[in-house]
Amino acid sequence: MSFLITSIEIDGAGGHPAAWRGSEVDPSAILTGELALRAVQRAEAAGVDLATFADALEAPADVPERVSARLDALGLAARIAPATERIGLVPTITVTHTEPFHVQASVATLDWVSAGRAGWLVDVSSSAEAAAVIGRRSPAVDAETWREARYVVDVSRRLWDSWEDDAIIRDAPSGRFVDRERIHYVDFESPSFAVKGPSIVPRPPQGHPVTALRVSSEDALQAAGDVDLVLLPGASDVEARVAAVRAAGGGRVLLSVSVLLEEDGASGVRRAEGMDHVGGVARLAELIEEWAALGIDGVHLRPASLELDVPVIADALLPLLRERKLVGAARPGSLRSRLGLSRPANRYEGSRR
Amino acid sequence: MSKQIHLAAHFPGVNNTTVWSDPESRSQIDFASFRNLAETAERGTFDFFFLAEGLRLREVKGRIHDLDVVGRPESLTVLSALAAVTTHLGLAATVNSTFNEPYELAKRLATLDHVSGGRAAWNVVTSWDAFTGENFRRGGYLDKADRYVRAEESLRIVRSLWDAWRDDDLVLDQAAGVFAREGAGAFADDGDHFTIRGRFGLPRSPQGHPVVIQAGDSDQGRDFAAAGADVIFSRHGAFEAGQTFYKDVKSRLPRHGRAEDSLKIMPAVTVVVADTDAEALDKAHHIREQQVSGPTAIVLAELLWGRDLSSYDPDGPLPADDPVVGSSVTQGRVGYNDPAPIVAEWRAQAAANGWSLRQTVINQQNRQTFVGSPTTVAEAMNHHVQENAADGFVLVPHLTPGGLDDFVDRVVPLLRERGVFRTEYESTTLRDHLGLRR
Repeated sequence: MSFLITSIEIDGAGGHPAAWRGSEVDPSAILTGELALRAVQRAEAAGVDLATFADALEAPADVPERVSARLDALGLAARIAPATERIGLVPTITVTHTEPFHVQASVATLDWVSAGRAGWLVDVSSSAEAAAVIGRRSPAVDAETWREARYVVDVSRRLWDSWEDDAIIRDAPSGRFVDRERIHYVDFESPSFAVKGPSIVPRPPQGHPVTALRVSSEDALQAAGDVDLVLLPGASDVEARVAAVRAAGGGRVLLSVSVLLEEDGASGVRRAEGMDHVGGVARLAELIEEWAALGIDGVHLRPASLELDVPVIADALLPLLRERKLVGAARPGSLRSRLGLSRPANRYEGSRR
Repeated sequence: MSKQIHLAAHFPGVNNTTVWSDPESRSQIDFASFRNLAETAERGTFDFFFLAEGLRLREVKGRIHDLDVVGRPESLTVLSALAAVTTHLGLAATVNSTFNEPYELAKRLATLDHVSGGRAAWNVVTSWDAFTGENFRRGGYLDKADRYVRAEESLRIVRSLWDAWRDDDLVLDQAAGVFAREGAGAFADDGDHFTIRGRFGLPRSPQGHPVVIQAGDSDQGRDFAAAGADVIFSRHGAFEAGQTFYKDVKSRLPRHGRAEDSLKIMPAVTVVVADTDAEALDKAHHIREQQVSGPTAIVLAELLWGRDLSSYDPDGPLPADDPVVGSSVTQGRVGYNDPAPIVAEWRAQAAANGWSLRQTVINQQNRQTFVGSPTTVAEAMNHHVQENAADGFVLVPHLTPGGLDDFVDRVVPLLRERGVFRTEYESTTLRDHLGLRR
């Protein structure tokens, strides 16, 4: 069995609605990005492979006692990139109302500023709220937004390929900075948008930054075959759901579970509605071993509290998983190589020869 | 006290003024280059670091232009990353208002302001051409006349979103469990171009509003800037043209109820420094020759003549025929509306000096603004500012990323000695550096 991929989710002060109220939390550090930065640096030091960043087009719900504000995930991931060295950075990016050309350029740029550690967690916006903040078109049903998302993923990859890796030649004798034969128009058309290309950004270090999505509906499952990394939320019915993603042709499959950890398993006393796992790290390590036997490639841990749970993940859980030979030594290199994915060949390379 | 100078650093872009053939030229895309130039600017206590934007690769006669630096990262993402490696430097992104939605712009710019502790700026530009539009859902649908209407509406809405939270809406009361005042961030706007409503997800940012920069030069563009910009990025770096522009724009401010010092005028300029004035002149000439190779001279002449000149020898005479008016042999760059008098001027200069086509292009274009010893440059710059030809400058180096080293090491100390430029940052936000109100 190969080693498991490990990842964590960054969302406000953590996944638990009351996480921001703990005395260990400086709530003003949520919106400066400091809380997220500290959590990602702790996870990186422990060898966690990647961090995802939660986001949605519309604002978080305005519900009493909750964190009702959020930084743009891409901007936050970019802010963290130069302050980290090895961990993958995967912001949530919604693609229903945005311009595909901007999306691909931003993700490629995150790959450049992180030297090959970028991914994007593709999400859709089918709510009336999301449609209303843009005002360009009516809300669409989930199935339609996921169909369109697949076109956005497709055109993004074409645009990442629109520059061959060796397009910049700096050929002083002929005065040419680029070889225009190695830069390509994509001429992409979908039912709802068209993009001429080429990208404005040269091909990013990973060739294609890692494309991820969360499969929590049949419609999202339809897109699973198009991506490198699938997040599968919830701890129930693992085997059947992993099989469904495999059948759809999905890449790496991570079980995505919310966790509230106590270093001492006996004192799981904190309030924890709706968490997938509450308790000690020893029990969680056992569960992860059981899930691994059901065919997952790794885990995506959604900590209840960044300040409380990430240190436990880093200092206790990872060493335990390593002891059980479920996790190997931290792997260097690009995010793709950490995930055991090859660098994609450029679809245009050779077309001119 | 003398008027204080404001300085910004422009990361070299895609024009032929950026010399890539020099041995000192490094990557235009690696983050190390951006970091290096930003660190130099911060060492020089500059007000801000400025990035241009590209949305389509330029073309010459239907093919991708291959002679200049091309390919760059997306501005807001690079600047968010630079926030991690700088502490005081303002971070200015050029972002088009035509091919972006106000809600997304407001969110991304406010995020940059939050994660940088109040150092974000937005250079508002507009576009209307179908050529750029081919990369976007919105397409090339906008009449040229409508572009400022949309830009104005876009800017107004972005600002209303930045104001959607009041300063005291973020409560952060952990004991009572009140993160924000209920209802904070609600907005609704019905305009000609946008009808939007909902909640904005970010509290008012450290600067209140990120700094707004504008670069238009038409009558409409100047009014747009006078009505709402904090900084004008102008192209009038020469002394007299600068004074005329300065006077014109500042005189428009009272009509919009604004004080004269609420808008800073910062022309784009180039600087060539050497030990002596004579050496600087030699160096300037060498740089101009690097900027305009033979093939580049032909392309620049094609832009003016409006037709294919590839059969011409750049070291030979100028083309004899008249220019084609209204042609677009090149796409994605500014052309000439009225080329005939410019061609006549080029011809006269070439005849008087015995210049070839390339020599004419070199001498007619790419003039450096400040050339001389460090003392000469410092005095000239200060003269421009004290005599109201500018409030400061956006420096456009010809080399990536080391092109500002000479200026920061040799000219900045002289400006400081004269008491016209800060010796250290006195504040942390860009608005404060510029002396603008929150």
